[in-house]
Amino acid sequence: MTVRRPTLVFSLLAFGYAFLYTPIFSLIVYSFNESRLVTVWAGFSTKWYVSLLHNEQLLGAAWISLRIALMNATLAVVLGTLAGTALVRFGRFRGRSALALMIGAPLVMPDVILGLASLLLFVAMEQLIGWPAGRGMTTITIAHVTFSMAYVAVIVQSRLVRLDPSLEEAAMDLGARPWKVFFVITLPLIAPALAAGWLLAFTLSLDDLVIASFTSGPGASTLPMVVYSSVRLGVSPEINALATVLVALVTIGIVIAGWSMQRKARQTQV
Amino acid sequence: MPSPSLNKVLQRARRGLRQHLTPGRGAVASLPLLWLGLFFGLPFLIIARISLSEVVIGLPPYSALVDLAESGMLQVRLNFANFLLLWEDNLYLDAFANSVHVASVSTLICLLIGYPMALGITRVRESLRVPLLMLVILPFWTSFLIRVYAWIGILKGNGLISNVLMSLGLIDEPLHLLHTEFAVYLGIVYAYLPFMVLPLYATLSRMDNALLEAAADLGCRPLCAFWRVTVPLSLPGIIAGSLLVFVPAVGEFVIPDLLGGPDTLMIGKVLWTEFFNNRDWPVAASVAVALLALLVAPVLLFERFRERGQSE
Repeated sequence: MTVRRPTLVFSLLAFGYAFLYTPIFSLIVYSFNESRLVTVWAGFSTKWYVSLLHNEQLLGAAWISLRIALMNATLAVVLGTLAGTALVRFGRFRGRSALALMIGAPLVMPDVILGLASLLLFVAMEQLIGWPAGRGMTTITIAHVTFSMAYVAVIVQSRLVRLDPSLEEAAMDLGARPWKVFFVITLPLIAPALAAGWLLAFTLSLDDLVIASFTSGPGASTLPMVVYSSVRLGVSPEINALATVLVALVTIGIVIAGWSMQRKARQTQV
Repeated sequence: MPSPSLNKVLQRARRGLRQHLTPGRGAVASLPLLWLGLFFGLPFLIIARISLSEVVIGLPPYSALVDLAESGMLQVRLNFANFLLLWEDNLYLDAFANSVHVASVSTLICLLIGYPMALGITRVRESLRVPLLMLVILPFWTSFLIRVYAWIGILKGNGLISNVLMSLGLIDEPLHLLHTEFAVYLGIVYAYLPFMVLPLYATLSRMDNALLEAAADLGCRPLCAFWRVTVPLSLPGIIAGSLLVFVPAVGEFVIPDLLGGPDTLMIGKVLWTEFFNNRDWPVAASVAVALLALLVAPVLLFERFRERGQSE
């Protein structure tokens, strides 16, 4: 007997995808609209892309966001991997429950609290030790690393739990030191998790408005901060053009990732 | 000649000893511990401290708790007025109650839309599953802010919905859907739907279809099998997905700010306003403390109990 294919479930599935994609398609369509108004279709035009290219405020903010996201993703992967490894492989150690709590908490913490908490810390630290002097890219990056390393740690943890420990044990039995075992055996095995964690940390940072708004200072406006202030003033086709560029980039990235994953899966099957 | 099992015990003991004696193992755990302790743990002590101080004009705009008074006496001043204000001024309790209400309804709608989606993905051909999942994840990788922004163009008075309905002759004048509570629900459901679908799919795809066949053999109709077999077995996914939607939705700021109206009270927005518009850091800090105690702490405790229950 095969599983029945209820048409109800499939029509609901189609409805779900329509719900997910209608807004995105409307953004893309109206980014090519000649008119500034969303109401009227005044003909095809790419002028909003041209004006996007000349919008120095947006481009500058994008550059700042990109630098923060790169730095954040790299630091978050290093710290998150250390935390995940410690939690899965070290058994009981002093500080384990504190570490587990501080890895779990950022995942359920509202952004506004994380942002406010980080800002208050930076203000208090500046008063006490004079660092960080003022707020800007450094403070945003620190706040981002703090919450995105938790996501990396969770991904690394779930990968490590499923990893067969006998490979590592064999290496240790053959006399490899723990550091060598980690770099030669464990790291290559968990590399996909590290890549996924890096990408997630990168996106979380690039996407964050609330925490960046709290921890930023003059002269360090990230892309979401600039988009937010322009969106508050109303609909702007330049933002539509920006959205289309972002969607295109993400789609290309996901298609490449999916394609290489499938190729790899096929290779291992053969 | 020691027996194989004794050999194994010896090996393990040697390995344990070596692991214990190797320097550097401490550094692995202490680096993230230090980072999180400094940048995540410490800030909460500071928040608790500032929630007990008074607002002053200056930089930073809050009073010190411990003073060395002129007489050389150490003065400790704790100001509980902020918490009293949260209790007495209806704004804060209403905002919290309304946030929980909006978040629960949105979570329920997410579940109603997400469950059939997850179930549908498990029922399609194997080769279609990964692309369909990717399509659920793709909106999540594009900017959150821009996805919320997309709804402004659709909902506003002369936006897409009004135009379509008007050209169909169904309505005579533009609908004002933007800046309403409805728009907030829509925005939250839209933004958090992937977080519901993914954990549901994870549990549903692990389910053994033989169980459904057995239920059918025993005379259970598909709807009954769904209620008595599929739903109970997917409960972990339902709980995980609901938490992933509910918790961030309670503290949401961007969606009520951009899509909601002036009367949409949500606690995340209240905190933001206290901090950025009123510049009242102590009240903002006490809102954060209250939110931590009422929302984050229960969720963490619940998670811990669930983990313990699962490992037993």
